Amino acid sequence: MLPLYVPIAAIVALTLWSHVRARAKALRAAGGDSRLLTSLPHQHGLNVGFATLLPPMALAGVWALLAKIASGYGVALMPQNMTPVYIFLIALAVLGHWWGLSRVSQTYRARNASERWIMGLLVFASSIAILTTVGIVLSMVSETANFFSQYDWRDFFFSTTWSPNFRGNSDLGILPLIWGTLYVSFIALVFAVPIGLFAAVYLSEYASPRMRSVAKPMIEVLAGIPTIVYGLFALVTVGPILRDYFAAPMGLGQSASSVMTAGVVMGIMLIPFVSSLSDDIINAVPQSLRDGSLGLGATKSETIRQVVVPAALPGIVGAVLLAASRAIGETMIVVLGAGAAARLSLNPFEAMTTVTVKIVSQLTGDTDFASPETLVAFALGLTLFVITLGLNVVALIIVRKYREQYE
Amino acid sequence: MSIAKKHGSLLQLDARTKKRNAAERRFRAYGLSAICVACAALLMLLTSIIGNGASAFRQTFISFPVTIDAAEVAAAESALLKTGAYNTILETSLLEYLTENDLLADTPVDEAFGLVSGEAGSTFRQFILANPDAAGTTFQLDLLANGRIDGYFKGRVTADAALLDKNVSPAQLQLADRLAEHGTLVRKFNWSFFTNPDASDQRPEAAGLGVAILGSIYMMLVVLFLALPIGVAASIYLEEFARKSWITDVIEVNIANLAAVPSIVYGILGLAIFINFAEFNQSSPLVGGLVLTLMTLPTIIISTRASLKSIPPSIRDAALGVGASKMQSVFHHVLPLAAPGILTGTIIGLAQALGETAPLLLIGMVAFVREYPAAWTPEAGLFGEASTALPVQVYNWTQRSDPAFVERASGAIITLLVFLLIMNAVAIYLRKKFERRW
Repeated sequence: MLPLYVPIAAIVALTLWSHVRARAKALRAAGGDSRLLTSLPHQHGLNVGFATLLPPMALAGVWALLAKIASGYGVALMPQNMTPVYIFLIALAVLGHWWGLSRVSQTYRARNASERWIMGLLVFASSIAILTTVGIVLSMVSETANFFSQYDWRDFFFSTTWSPNFRGNSDLGILPLIWGTLYVSFIALVFAVPIGLFAAVYLSEYASPRMRSVAKPMIEVLAGIPTIVYGLFALVTVGPILRDYFAAPMGLGQSASSVMTAGVVMGIMLIPFVSSLSDDIINAVPQSLRDGSLGLGATKSETIRQVVVPAALPGIVGAVLLAASRAIGETMIVVLGAGAAARLSLNPFEAMTTVTVKIVSQLTGDTDFASPETLVAFALGLTLFVITLGLNVVALIIVRKYREQYE
Repeated sequence: MSIAKKHGSLLQLDARTKKRNAAERRFRAYGLSAICVACAALLMLLTSIIGNGASAFRQTFISFPVTIDAAEVAAAESALLKTGAYNTILETSLLEYLTENDLLADTPVDEAFGLVSGEAGSTFRQFILANPDAAGTTFQLDLLANGRIDGYFKGRVTADAALLDKNVSPAQLQLADRLAEHGTLVRKFNWSFFTNPDASDQRPEAAGLGVAILGSIYMMLVVLFLALPIGVAASIYLEEFARKSWITDVIEVNIANLAAVPSIVYGILGLAIFINFAEFNQSSPLVGGLVLTLMTLPTIIISTRASLKSIPPSIRDAALGVGASKMQSVFHHVLPLAAPGILTGTIIGLAQALGETAPLLLIGMVAFVREYPAAWTPEAGLFGEASTALPVQVYNWTQRSDPAFVERASGAIITLLVFLLIMNAVAIYLRKKFERRW
């Protein structure tokens, strides 16, 4: 059996050769004077090159995909020995090469033809975004359906206990996880929204250009730090500090990983997110509104509180929703900071767990894709996807409406 | 005169004006303190990481003369436990050295070798195999000291803690002090932190980032070679060619939403599509790169479209006016002018991908990998060998019990942040250098 790189190398080599031959043939057709050609020799070369390369590549891709799908249903589309398939693909390339070359002439519009190939590639590239979404939805929906065929959906959505047991007979209720997720996100937003908003207001309304040029990048650095760094920060520094100075003296718990730890650190992560979004939105409020208010004798802070912020409110709400969707989907901070115990409790210094933590813990290590304990991760993922998608769509609609208002 | 009484003089503030001015000052103070809190959080974060991790770059080494002859090498090579045999040779040499220099004092003989890392045997073996001529001569060998001894010099382990620790005894710490005074134990810059693979739970001193850095580089290559061309092609189509229709609307909304999908969802996608369906190798940089490609595509598309949009239409019109086709106007004129912006966006997208952890956990990159992954092998294909990545290595180390791994994890984060800093600096430099206002 031939290795895979043999047909690939053969087809690529043939493509390059096609380009050279097509150029030469085009020039010959014009008697060596490229001005007499309708299209440049290079464009003839491109056209024949694409005709050689793309059909076998596309066919191979579609074939591989279909064969994978068919093998799931027990139909073998891919023969044991791939050599004939490879030879067929190379033959297809030769055919394309020959066909393309046969069309090279002085009047052939190779520019239009080659651009049609390029256009096809561009369309294919933009469809990858759609394919990704389809892939996300399909991969999660099929496994989730599989999960619900083994586990009652009512127990999943309405049970208040989460205790997976890899020997079977697990309780897989999502409520404690949703509670932990919302609690952590709530604390993060309580922390991030006022700070982010005030920072944005100060930077856009009060700060001198010099201060702006220092403080704004500093806040934006926070946005560029990977979440694993925040996670370690929560684990090593914030967790012990909160435990030793707040939780233990107040008698609220002895755990370094807690909802508070994860919430505060996630709040820090969200500050730049809230502040840069609000900054854009506040800057979009027309100056005439401020001038009107200041002209009536309001102080700057009165103008901001009574005119600028109300005018920007829909946009700010959108920004907060986007931040909330970020907080809900955040993984590494809660994995390292929030703990792993699923419980419904009001005490913020107790360890709780979130949807994302459980997705990670159910899907890492040895996993058996037939058991509900593993498949539940897909149902959790789908729930997470639906919640964040809903928040994003609402937020984007609000922000877009708001932008149109002042355009 | 009631009006004058109510409002007073312009030169003298009345109570209400004072209140309003105070409110104004308070408001400013709130804003300023918000910024201070944000900056303080950043400083605290960096101090915590650097404070914990800076010491990871220096390591305690123990250096003493070792003698080995060819017969001993042959015996050790034919032994069942090769590194064990080399360890025995090292132990004899160490004890000889200690008694010669009268350093052993009252330390129990069987505890002396506990100062040396468990990794020493294999280091010694590799050294001998690489330098066969060394057999029969005496040479100075630099070996890693045990993690506890290293922790003792870094202040992590104290004599009191050693009493309770079964891995180290106070006598060993006293011996370590004597050796340090004698110059046998030295702290040196720890190059092996960047080149060594991960080590087991018991040997934090030998754990390094070699495999993780290699895996991250492979993944960045995959992301660069897939996300850049696909992202640029998609942006060109959407920005320059697509007619407004419901299909392009769907694509646009889709891209905006994909940019906000939680990264862990991409991990589930990677697990279901690339590993379970397409049957690519688990933990391979190829799968990691593909997942990160899908994740960074929206970022690259959004920034590329912004830079294409900023090219004025007159450029396109001029090209079309002299007979270029639409495609030629884009590829010959618009794209080169937009290239700096596209490059900046791509680098920022790559930096984001480099620090991403959650999706990689799901596709099995948490595995313990000690072999350097090859870029290509006939069995595993391109980037198909199991590997790990920088941020995942950090996560891995945080899950271990020995506190020495916290130092390692922080050190790994410093390394990661340095990479990110370099990438962002390059992006800012490119933007500053090629920025053009039309």
